[in-house]
Amino acid sequence: MVRLFGPLIGLFFAVALLWSFGNGAYVAITEPAAATAESVFHKHPKEVHFASDGVFGRFDKEQLQRGFAVYKEVCSTCHSLKQVSFRDLTAIGYSEAEVKAIAKQWGNKAQTFDPKTGDRADRENLASDHFPPVYYAGQGSPPDLSLMTKARHEGPAYVYSLLTGYEAQPAAMLKQFPDAKTPDGLHYNPYFANLNLAMPPPLTTDGQVTYSDGTKASVDQMAKDVSAFLVWTAEPKLDKRKQTGWPVVGFLIAATILAYLAKKNVWADQAH
Amino acid sequence: MSFPWAQHYEPRHPFMQWMDEKLPLPRFVYNAVGAGYPVPRNLNYWWNFGVLAGFCLVIQIVTGVILAMHYAANAGVAFDSTEHIMRDVNWGWMMRYAHANGASAFFVVVYTHIFRGFLFGSYKAPREMIWLLGVVIFLLMMATAFMGYVLPWGQMSFWGAKVITGLFSAIPLIGTPLQQWLLGGFAPDNAALNRFFSLHFLLPFVIAAVVILHIWALHIPGSTNPTGVEVKTESDTVPFHPYYTAKDGFGLGVFLILYTAVVFFAPNALGHPDNYIPANPLSTPAHIVPEWYFWPFYAILRAFTWDFFFIPAKLMGVLAMFSAILVWFFLPWLDTSPVRSSRYRPLLRKFVWFGLLPDVIILGYCGGSPAAEPFVMISQIAAAYYFLHFLVILPIVSSIEKPEPLPFSITEDVLGKDDHAVLAPAQPAAA
Repeated sequence: MVRLFGPLIGLFFAVALLWSFGNGAYVAITEPAAATAESVFHKHPKEVHFASDGVFGRFDKEQLQRGFAVYKEVCSTCHSLKQVSFRDLTAIGYSEAEVKAIAKQWGNKAQTFDPKTGDRADRENLASDHFPPVYYAGQGSPPDLSLMTKARHEGPAYVYSLLTGYEAQPAAMLKQFPDAKTPDGLHYNPYFANLNLAMPPPLTTDGQVTYSDGTKASVDQMAKDVSAFLVWTAEPKLDKRKQTGWPVVGFLIAATILAYLAKKNVWADQAH
Repeated sequence: MSFPWAQHYEPRHPFMQWMDEKLPLPRFVYNAVGAGYPVPRNLNYWWNFGVLAGFCLVIQIVTGVILAMHYAANAGVAFDSTEHIMRDVNWGWMMRYAHANGASAFFVVVYTHIFRGFLFGSYKAPREMIWLLGVVIFLLMMATAFMGYVLPWGQMSFWGAKVITGLFSAIPLIGTPLQQWLLGGFAPDNAALNRFFSLHFLLPFVIAAVVILHIWALHIPGSTNPTGVEVKTESDTVPFHPYYTAKDGFGLGVFLILYTAVVFFAPNALGHPDNYIPANPLSTPAHIVPEWYFWPFYAILRAFTWDFFFIPAKLMGVLAMFSAILVWFFLPWLDTSPVRSSRYRPLLRKFVWFGLLPDVIILGYCGGSPAAEPFVMISQIAAAYYFLHFLVILPIVSSIEKPEPLPFSITEDVLGKDDHAVLAPAQPAAA
C-alpha cells in the first residue's frame, strides 16, 4: 500500500509544485517585477563601532552618560523609555543622590490617580519609577526607545545611521521615480525602511547638547553617544552577561578536556 | 530486554539490597543506562545526539519552570513581564536566553539525531516503533516551540500565531470556525495567549513521557550501529557504563561549550528583531518569518503559489507542509532495502548527502527569506525534490541498488576478524 500510494502522492505534490513554478516563471518573464524607490535607494546601516561590541566589549560609562544627556535634552521630548527605571541609571555611573535629583527634575511627571475622589494628578518621579510616558500631539507616533537597538537589524548602527542620515532627496531618484517625492511633513532618510520619516532631523547643530565631561558635542559624536546609550537601555545586563560567559565557557572547556581524557582512558582497553 | 551476556545487578550494600526488594529503581537504571545494557562497541559520535536531546529537554524544563514563575500570561502585560525578567529578576536574563537559545539547541540536536536515522537506517525493522515515537516527539516539539515563541507577545509572536493558526482556515467548510475555536477569538488575543501558555507548560511533560516510550522501545532490540549489522555475540558489545557514559560525557561537554557561547555572547543572533517590538494587531511586519528551525517547512508551505485544479494554493501548501513531516512515519516501509547502513549503500548515500541534505538547507534558506523571487521558484524546485526523495527516489533506490559487502559482525568490522563469531552459533537477542 505504502509503495503504491507513496510515489503517487510524491508525484502529486511534485507536479503541483512544478505547476506553481511554471506559472510563476511565466509571470516573472512576461511581467518582471518593477524596481521600487525603496529597493533602489534604501541603504544598509553605516559601519560604526561601539565599546560594547564583540565578546570582550564593555560599556563605556562616560559615553553612556553623554548619551543619556542627549536622550534627556533631545529625544525625551517625543520618545518614552518605559522599560527603564531611574534607579537603573546607577549602573552607568550616577550616584544614588544624582539619580534622585534626575528623577525629581525630570520634565514629565509621574501620574497618580486617587480612587476615592477620581482625581488625577502629577507627582515628582521617584528613583524607583520607570521613565514616565510621553504624550506626543504631532504627526506620527514616536516609538518607545527602550528596546530600539534590539528591535532593528543591526540596531546600534541603524540608530546612528538614521540620526546622521538625513539628506535632500536625490535628484536621480525623482527622475527615476517621479511619484516617490517625499510628502509634506515627512523627511527623506535613506536608512529608514520606506525612505520617508515623520521625525525631523533631531541632531542638527554641533554643541546642541552640553557635555559635562568636555567632549566636543559634534552631531556625529552625539549620534554615536545616544546610540551607545540605547544599547545599554536595551540590554542593561550586557556587561554582566559577558563577564559571566567567560568563566562558564572556560570551566566547560576545562571540564570537557577532562571528560575527553576520561573517555580515552575508559576506552583504552577496547577496540572500537 | 537485553542480551544474555548482559551484566546483572547485584547490590552489595545492605541498604541497596533492601531498596532492591522494595523498589528496584537502581536496578532499573542499571539495566537502562548502566553496566546492564550492552551496546554495540562501534558507535561513533552520531550516536551522542540522543542523550544530548534528552539533556536539552531537561534544560528547557528547568529554565522554563523558572521563567513561568515570573512571566504573566496576559496580553496586556506579557511583553513587559518578559522585559521584567530580563531586567529585574535575578539572573532572569540568563534564564530567558538559555531557554530561547535552548530551543534552538534542541532543534539542532534533534535534526542531527534524525539525520543520523536517515544515514544509518535507524528506522528499519526491528526499530520502526522507536522511529515512529521519535516523529511523534518531533511533532510535539514543533507545537511546543511554536506556542513558546508566542508567549513574549512581540510582533513576530503575534503575527506568527496569526499565520500558523490561519493554516487551519484553509481546511474546506470547517476551516474558519476551527481557527476561531483554536484561538478563542477572531485573532490572537488574550484567550489564545492563555491557552498557548497552558499548553506550552503541559507539552514538555508529554514529550518527556513519549521520550520514555522511545527509550523503552529502543531497549528491546538495542541500539543499531554504524555498520547496521545486528549484534551477534558478546564481543560485539560493551556495557553502556562506563563506555558510553564516558563518551556521552565528552559529547555533552562539547555541546555545552557551543551552547553557552551562544547564550552568553550572541543570545539574539538566532532571533528576529521584530520580536522586541510589542505585538500590534494594526501593524503587519514587512516579512513574517518563524524561527529558523521551521524555515524548511515554511518554505514548503509558501511554495504553492497557484491553485492546482480545484485545490486552492493555500490548502495545497498546508497539506504539503504537514505531509513533509508525516511522510517520515512511512519511511520504514518506503525504504525496503535489506541493508540498514548507508555505509554499504552507495546510491542511497549519495542521495542523502548530496540530495536531501543540501535540499533541506536550501529550503531553510528560502523559508527565512522574503516571499519574493528568486526564493519562491528555488523553493518550488527544492520542495518538489523533497517529496520525490522520500516517496519516489527512496523506493526506487532500495529496489535497484547493489549494496556493498557487509562485514560478518561488528567485531569483524572493528578488529578485522571475528573468530568467536565464526565458531559460536549466532545468539538471538532475548526480548
